[in-house]
Amino acid sequence: MADLSIDFAGIKSPNPFWVASGPPANTAYQAHRAFEAGWGGVVWKTIGDPIVNVASRYSALNYGPNRMIGFNNIELISDRSADTNFREIAEVKRRWPHHAVIASLMVDTRERWHEFVRRSADAGADGIELNFGCPHGMCERGMGSAVGQQPAVAERITAWAMEAATIPVIVKLTPNITDVTAAARAARRAGADAISLINTINSITNVDLDTLVPEPTVRGRSSHGGYCGPAVKPIALNMVQSCAADPDVRLPISGIGGIADWRDAAEFIALGASSLQVCTAIMHHGFRIVEDMAEGLSAYLDRMGCARLTDLCGRAVPTLQKWETLDLHFQRVARIDYAKCIGCNLCYIACEDGAHQCIDLLPPEQLGVGPGPGRVAGKPVPKVREADCVGCNLCSLVCPVDDCITMTEIDNGLPSLTWTQYQEGLQRGTMAPLPPHP
Amino acid sequence: MPVAPILPAETAAANLAELKAPYTAAEAAIEASRCLFCFDAPCIMACPTGIDVPSFIKKIASGNPLGAARTILSANILGASCARVCPTAVLCEGACVLDDRDQQPIKIGRLQRYATDAAGARGASLLPRPAAPNGRRVAVVGGGPAGLGCAAELAQLGYAVTIFEREPLLGGLNTYGIACYKMKPEVSLQEVELVRSLGVELRPGVEVGRDVAVADLTREFDAVFLGLGLGEAQRLRVPGEDLPEVLDALDFIRDLRTRPYHEVPVGRRVAVIGCGNTAIDAVTQARRLGAESATIIYRRGEEAMSAYRFEYELARLDGARFLFHAQPVEVVAADGHVSGLRLVRTRLAADGRLEPIPGTEFVEPCDLILKAVGQEKRAALLRSWFPGLAVDGRGVVGCDPLTGATNLPRVFTGGDCGNGGREVVNAVGEGKKAARGIHAALTGTAAAPTPQPSRLGAAGGAFGAGLNRPIRVTEAAPAGAHA
Repeated sequence: MADLSIDFAGIKSPNPFWVASGPPANTAYQAHRAFEAGWGGVVWKTIGDPIVNVASRYSALNYGPNRMIGFNNIELISDRSADTNFREIAEVKRRWPHHAVIASLMVDTRERWHEFVRRSADAGADGIELNFGCPHGMCERGMGSAVGQQPAVAERITAWAMEAATIPVIVKLTPNITDVTAAARAARRAGADAISLINTINSITNVDLDTLVPEPTVRGRSSHGGYCGPAVKPIALNMVQSCAADPDVRLPISGIGGIADWRDAAEFIALGASSLQVCTAIMHHGFRIVEDMAEGLSAYLDRMGCARLTDLCGRAVPTLQKWETLDLHFQRVARIDYAKCIGCNLCYIACEDGAHQCIDLLPPEQLGVGPGPGRVAGKPVPKVREADCVGCNLCSLVCPVDDCITMTEIDNGLPSLTWTQYQEGLQRGTMAPLPPHP
Repeated sequence: MPVAPILPAETAAANLAELKAPYTAAEAAIEASRCLFCFDAPCIMACPTGIDVPSFIKKIASGNPLGAARTILSANILGASCARVCPTAVLCEGACVLDDRDQQPIKIGRLQRYATDAAGARGASLLPRPAAPNGRRVAVVGGGPAGLGCAAELAQLGYAVTIFEREPLLGGLNTYGIACYKMKPEVSLQEVELVRSLGVELRPGVEVGRDVAVADLTREFDAVFLGLGLGEAQRLRVPGEDLPEVLDALDFIRDLRTRPYHEVPVGRRVAVIGCGNTAIDAVTQARRLGAESATIIYRRGEEAMSAYRFEYELARLDGARFLFHAQPVEVVAADGHVSGLRLVRTRLAADGRLEPIPGTEFVEPCDLILKAVGQEKRAALLRSWFPGLAVDGRGVVGCDPLTGATNLPRVFTGGDCGNGGREVVNAVGEGKKAARGIHAALTGTAAAPTPQPSRLGAAGGAFGAGLNRPIRVTEAAPAGAHA
């Protein structure tokens, strides 16, 4: 079994799975339950000056029968006193000395930052996370994403925290920014030990079509909420990879954003994360989900020949390059396995109306494919015109049958040619313009 | 002993309640969301009326049930009854591609019911306004599914349509001949109202040839559609057949649809002769009305029965007995009432014909006998109306399957009298095709096809193929062999 334990910027944890700062990390009771279930760490719900919350607080994006593929909240930081939170952190650390407890903090002045950083260390926390990301409620008061969206401000406040810090400091980044690496570099310049991302995304999940008020609704009004859950994973992966690939960042990354199972976790790790934070999936299913996450990740590492997590970390980062480095002469076409095709014709209509009109519906007799699943007399069968197929993947993406449509590489005998090389060739006059697509 | 009702009203009503409860909105949404939304889908092609199934299911999934009903009713004006009585396992659901993924097919029939229920009595308001009157008149003889399908389509094309129906109610077998646990008569009557609301004139209780002369029809109308269906139940031709407790199964079923259940006489021991779907409806309802035993008697073997497999399973679950390879010889009477049925065992002779086995006669005790060995064709009646009408050796009126045209000009047909006896949905589809055939014959122009977003359309040269070129789905093998 692969070793899942981590040392994240000096924070040791039996596994990379941390409960993210949010409702599941609100109390000692929850932290105990999380550790009993197998979580490696808890990033405490953000501690600051007590706030007052509203009802309601959450809303969800459902898709077909699937609930909560996206989730949003207008809940603020901890509504419990700092005294209570630090006392409970101390309790939890006494009972779980080898698990990670990270205090998430959000205050305003330099003095308050110093005070809260010290109190975190005094309580026995293993690290501190600076909440520069919360996009609602706190930013209006000059905190949260109001800080994270301005790298200079984030850098100054991070520096304040570092002045008092005796334990590792993680800066949590907001995605509500044009270039997340600018904020990551600011954290680096201020001396932070690590970054975590992404925080939630500004959002409105839906509008109640009877009342015409978005959810969550508070006496006939709503407010912009922070968006998270499985639907944000692609955005989070993009930002994690961007930070991991940036030579001016070079900080450990705690990946956050839509992680719900070991596959998600492995993808974040492959793109540069070395710890993982989970909130929405716990809010949906409870702490018990970590069992499969740990088991699945460990098995995957074994399968990939990785003895420990760091062997996987960042492996996929360099495979992402600028578009102009991609090979213009690489060619592949869609091929349909008629032994598997059930005849839904989704590939046909997707290509016909949504892509490049390269699939025909032909009588099965004409194709000579014989009877197969979904084939009845007189019912046409999709056939790719390979000469016209641009290899876009759409048909294989809409196909409901695994491995029925395979994107197959075609050896066209042409040497690799990037856009950059092409432009250079044109300028030097060594290449003729490629013909435009008809 | 004369037969009498057995169960009290409440018990009978509970036993004959609908087998399939309507979907709730949540159930419909979940089921609809399973649909892959196939393009040019096999379910469309398996439907004899060519309903754009994926389109209506998508509308249910999005919370647009009235739009779903519009899609259904624009292809099949009897979509509500077909949702309940179609043998979906051998039509749309039998063609569902999910069958090929070893998954349950989409429950298309139940979703169709959900959508048409949502439309309720508002069906007509969902359909496009009928075309302006074109001054042409069409007589539809027979107000069953074929006639209603034909009349609705013609009315929408601008024709003045009159339906002549000898029964007091329209709807044909949908009103009078379906097992109550499948569909209540009210559903059929609501569909009749839908057709009426399209501007069709309904003349129930009017028998052509008696109340209206055939010559008047051909003189006063530009075209005639014959949708008479089938005739009386075929006779057993055995002694004792005219005893009072020997009934047509269809009359027994009709009784249940026109009288309170608890007033319908049923035997303690019921014998049903025949093994088609009507026989199943009869034997199952006899059991549900309190018969201690109800037995299907069939002269051939299980493999030869014409009942659908799922009907057979239902009857078995209801405790019906099946006596195969037994043929009636005589109805046995005591004191002028049925007391049993003398049967003889049969076997297949070397030449493939069925023959009685000598010395194997026995008496099956029973007090009610229901005949379900098929219905007479209408050939003689139709020949008396139209002496030149081409009728085949089986008594079925010959017609062009795409237009319903008979060999006589301006005379069209569809439904059971043109196909020999098939499903309700076939009758609706054939009525609709005949309406288009009539339109083409009278105007020289083809009616614009119903828009079907999920079909290939003109580009594929297959527009409306679900209606005009239905595929045939073979019935799935039974789940598990029978002892």
